[in-house]
Amino acid sequence: MIRSGDMELQNLPKGDDSVKDLLQTRDDFPALQQSLQGKPLVYLDNAATTQTPRSVIEAIKNFYECHKANVHRGVHQLSIRATKQYEQARSKVQRLLGAKDAHEIVFVRGATEGINLVANSYGLQHLQAGDEVLITEMEHHSNIVPWQMVCEKRGAKLKVAPMNEKGELLVEEYARLLNPKTRMVALAHISNALGTINPVAELTAMAHKQGAVVLIDGAQAVPHMAVDVLDLDCDFYVFSSHKAFGPTGIGALYGKGALLETMQPYQGGGDMISSVTFDKTTYNRLPYKFEAGTPNVAGAIGLGAAIDYLGAIGYDAIAAHEQRLLEYGTRALAAIDGLRIIGTAAAKASVISFVLEGVHPHDIGTIVDQEAIAIRAGHHCAQPTMQHFGVPATARASFAFYNSFEDIDRLVATIHKVQEVFA
Amino acid sequence: MSDLRELYQEVIIDHSKRPRNFHVMPDAKQISVGHNPLCGDKMTVFLKVDDGRITDVSFDGTGCAISMASASLMTESLKGKSVAEAVQLFGMFHELVTSEPGQIKIAEALGKLAAFAGVCEFPIRVKCASLAWHTLRAALEGKQETTTE
Ligand SMILES: Cc1ncc(COP(=O)(O)O)c(C=O)c1O
Repeated sequence: MIRSGDMELQNLPKGDDSVKDLLQTRDDFPALQQSLQGKPLVYLDNAATTQTPRSVIEAIKNFYECHKANVHRGVHQLSIRATKQYEQARSKVQRLLGAKDAHEIVFVRGATEGINLVANSYGLQHLQAGDEVLITEMEHHSNIVPWQMVCEKRGAKLKVAPMNEKGELLVEEYARLLNPKTRMVALAHISNALGTINPVAELTAMAHKQGAVVLIDGAQAVPHMAVDVLDLDCDFYVFSSHKAFGPTGIGALYGKGALLETMQPYQGGGDMISSVTFDKTTYNRLPYKFEAGTPNVAGAIGLGAAIDYLGAIGYDAIAAHEQRLLEYGTRALAAIDGLRIIGTAAAKASVISFVLEGVHPHDIGTIVDQEAIAIRAGHHCAQPTMQHFGVPATARASFAFYNSFEDIDRLVATIHKVQEVFA
Repeated sequence: MSDLRELYQEVIIDHSKRPRNFHVMPDAKQISVGHNPLCGDKMTVFLKVDDGRITDVSFDGTGCAISMASASLMTESLKGKSVAEAVQLFGMFHELVTSEPGQIKIAEALGKLAAFAGVCEFPIRVKCASLAWHTLRAALEGKQETTTE
């Protein structure tokens, strides 16, 4: 499978025993066991969503088979068990993010809903005409559009910190854009389209000096690296469970307790109140005042199981393996004639976006799919990022700890086939 | 790779690499821009209609091989056709690319456009194949923008 130009790759270290251990994790993922048209699936679209380990599926199944009940509102045993598991999941998120208190964790549908919650409950309340919200050029649409919406409502301005040709944030430009009018800063911890890891602790400290409140979009960070919100000192942090080996439809917002206390709820309904009369409603305490309605209990429990699973492997092992995959994949792909990697930041997560001369990413996606290789082709919900690089779209391979060097070899071999089709 | 060759037929690869009528037409009477929100591709169709007949048609933009070739072959097949014939051809083309695989009937009038028969095996690519046609229809209706949604 390996071609002449790639000979040197065979000599690249493919890792030690810890890699073998990580490769065994693949057995934990039922979806990774399948073949498509007789070819074993190679799943390289982890930045879009990750696969789910059996333990997570079991936890959800167990909830539905044994403990299903509404939470916080029943005196019966099932409700007590469901509530306990739901709140245990919250504590797991708290420990995962290093938050001080479990009531600083709000369950939401995902990163998108977390950002919208902050944009509405904090942004709308505090932004005034002439104020500024600062984001970066590499944001996902979900960290652009909610801010555009509140800025429009309040007559505030959206400012954008640019990046360089490698896809690294220009920190001096970011510093220049920060000023006393900047009320809010919203930043990706890791860019989904480029893989760039932003120096968010430093960026947060700079924003705080100007009195701004900082939200970090951790959708792409939590699957890959240990996060400590106290070290980062960010005011808000959001992520999605489905990108971190958990179920869809759940995620979490961390907010500093003192800030969350001052914010008005974003939605009204059951569970978020402590008393209601037609004259006046008193809101429930944190975090429930932000969790109107019956929450995604099964999702939260599944997320809790995913956190346990990640904890058992450990972020050190994950990061070490993924960095080797990134290094190997980068070399292997860059060795292909006419292939250009988009996003070459010095600090990068295991995401490789690329374009191929004379072949549109969509055609790459379709052709590699015929070989049972799943990659993403498109604008990755980051059209401004694509505009920066002057491309309408890229192909993107994104790795998780269960990926192997062989997965990359198969991708590389198939890209040679793509080139044959278009030769 | 047999399915792939059905999708990426010679004529499609050829037209995607060397698209015909691929230029801006400054004196076009009707111009429309089409978007494919799925991939961010954008295409402009330029049209001159005289007395109910398409006298000239061209396109500009970027896209995948399927959408470029579709636009190129579309412009070739439209010149000299009446507006009614063009709309009819779109109908046939649409039917072709959205047929149930295995139950495909290729209308004679499609001519070279029959090369897109393989698209029905790749439902996700139907929008790529039909972007140019949606944009054409918008241009014929005097709309300046359209999407494949
Ligand atoms: C960086 C980033 N932010 C936000 C999101 C939105 O996540 P979700 O769709 O799960 O709400 C994504 C997902 O694509 C992402 O990659």
